[in-house]
Amino acid sequence: MLLAVLAAPAAAGTITIKGSDTLVGLSQRWARAFSRKHPDITVQITGGGSGTGLAALESGATDIATSSHPLGEEEQARLAAKLGHAPIVVPVVRDSVAFFVNAKNPVRALSLEQLRDVLLGDVARWSAFGGPDRQIITYTRESTSGTYGFVKERVLHDEDFASTLQPLEGTGAVVNAVSHEPWAMGFGGTAFARNVRVLAVRIGDEEVLPTSENVMSGKYPLSRQLYFYVPVHPSADTAAFLEFVRSPEGQAIADRAGFLPLQ
Amino acid sequence: MAAPFRISRTDRVVEWLVTVAGMSGLVVLLLMLVFIAREALPLLFDHDVSFAKLFLPQAVREGRPPAWVWQPISRVPKISVVPLIIGSLKVTGVAMVLAAPVGIAAAVFSAEFAPPRLREVIKPVVELLAGIPSVVLGFFALMVLASALQSLFDWPYRLNAIVAGVAMALAIVPIVFTVTEDALRAVPGSYREASFALGATRWDTAWRIVLPAAAPGVLGALVLGFGRAVGETMIVLMASGNAAIVSARLSDSTRTLSATIAAEMGEVVPGSTHTSLLYFLGVMLFVVNLVLNGTVGAWARNRVQRARGR
Repeated sequence: MLLAVLAAPAAAGTITIKGSDTLVGLSQRWARAFSRKHPDITVQITGGGSGTGLAALESGATDIATSSHPLGEEEQARLAAKLGHAPIVVPVVRDSVAFFVNAKNPVRALSLEQLRDVLLGDVARWSAFGGPDRQIITYTRESTSGTYGFVKERVLHDEDFASTLQPLEGTGAVVNAVSHEPWAMGFGGTAFARNVRVLAVRIGDEEVLPTSENVMSGKYPLSRQLYFYVPVHPSADTAAFLEFVRSPEGQAIADRAGFLPLQ
Repeated sequence: MAAPFRISRTDRVVEWLVTVAGMSGLVVLLLMLVFIAREALPLLFDHDVSFAKLFLPQAVREGRPPAWVWQPISRVPKISVVPLIIGSLKVTGVAMVLAAPVGIAAAVFSAEFAPPRLREVIKPVVELLAGIPSVVLGFFALMVLASALQSLFDWPYRLNAIVAGVAMALAIVPIVFTVTEDALRAVPGSYREASFALGATRWDTAWRIVLPAAAPGVLGALVLGFGRAVGETMIVLMASGNAAIVSARLSDSTRTLSATIAAEMGEVVPGSTHTSLLYFLGVMLFVVNLVLNGTVGAWARNRVQRARGR
């Protein structure tokens, strides 16, 4: 009860955004540009994972929930029951999920089946893919993460990640770990890749990297839309922010941050 | 004329305040236990939960032998607490193996061998170590210790039970040290004098006379240290890698009971089985500490009283 009171949406003049860790950095860029145009509106952004954002929207603790996956039927029903109506789903940007390895790793590409074998724990050593005989150290995300859910659905076909995978807080932490450990592997939004090698996905004989062309054309298999969820009657400030995010200016900011604009 | 009246009233108020303060600890403890246990209670009537699912190996994937798996968010939730118990034991074990000898040896030195001036420096400095926030120790383990140990031993997992255990040892050495030191210094001087009079060396006296005489206190120190290590969360959350692996290797990544509660409490749906499970983990931690402190602690106090009576 007390928590609900403390976490109530901030007064007019502020917009609170909570949810997907993938979208935190981009939301901050949007917020900075937006605040320059509307100095009277403050935007507060926190991460925590897509699930956390939805829970906050459900309890009324945030104006906008950000998410890296579309609403499931069950979630939609739960939110509708709580809020009196289903929230509006606004796609804001596209991104792709990439698999990262250390720059020293000789492996360049893996097929979706091979990635699945690694994540299920069926293949444990790089030698299976022509690398050295070293254990594959795989990082994942905590289960609130939308990226975790996305990979579970699209790569694992809803089977469970092996329990040898180490969950980290945020894609930034995954990238950081992989950049420091020669035999590590991890996954996350392609925009986060820094000092790591992005694995190409092998489809047939072709090795497809998550470049903007490949993602836009649908050739790279692991791409998704990222969403804002808002209540049916958002405040004027929230509506203005949404409009800005989807405007050419907002989409250009996303492009510079390494995401892909909506079609 | 008014003075005595005022004093006695102040007296009563203060007495009342002190009583309330004294009882509050007990009340809070009881309320905590009742509240946590109540939240875990629905598990007893939950059809998705059974003793076998919690503690015995379960079929996880087709064509695979049954295993202990903790994966509460899944199409078919797997809720074995065995990997978490093993994780807690591994980290606590490493921490105790390192912290117990160091803490006790440091206490023996400080109480029996150190010149008074040096002792006045050592004791506060070691106790200052206890004041380092665990998040700082965890951060140090994550950024510095893990890489250093990995380059030394070439472990596949950078973050593992040993890294977390070493950082945890830093947190519990001061506890073991302080309590042991107090116990050693509480041994009557006459014991030492008698020992010296019989021609024993300082070392013989410390090892054969003082330490055994203080044994209950030392045991109490170890129990306190163990309790802190089992419940400690931030260090393990940051430095253990948090993969719920069932294995005997200490260099494997590991997930503890306390870190599981911390990592998953943000994502649970209130009232769900998962929520109750996290409370159940809390009950286990609580009970382990309560039982340890209750039995070993009580035994140690008993020994001390008997020794005094003799």
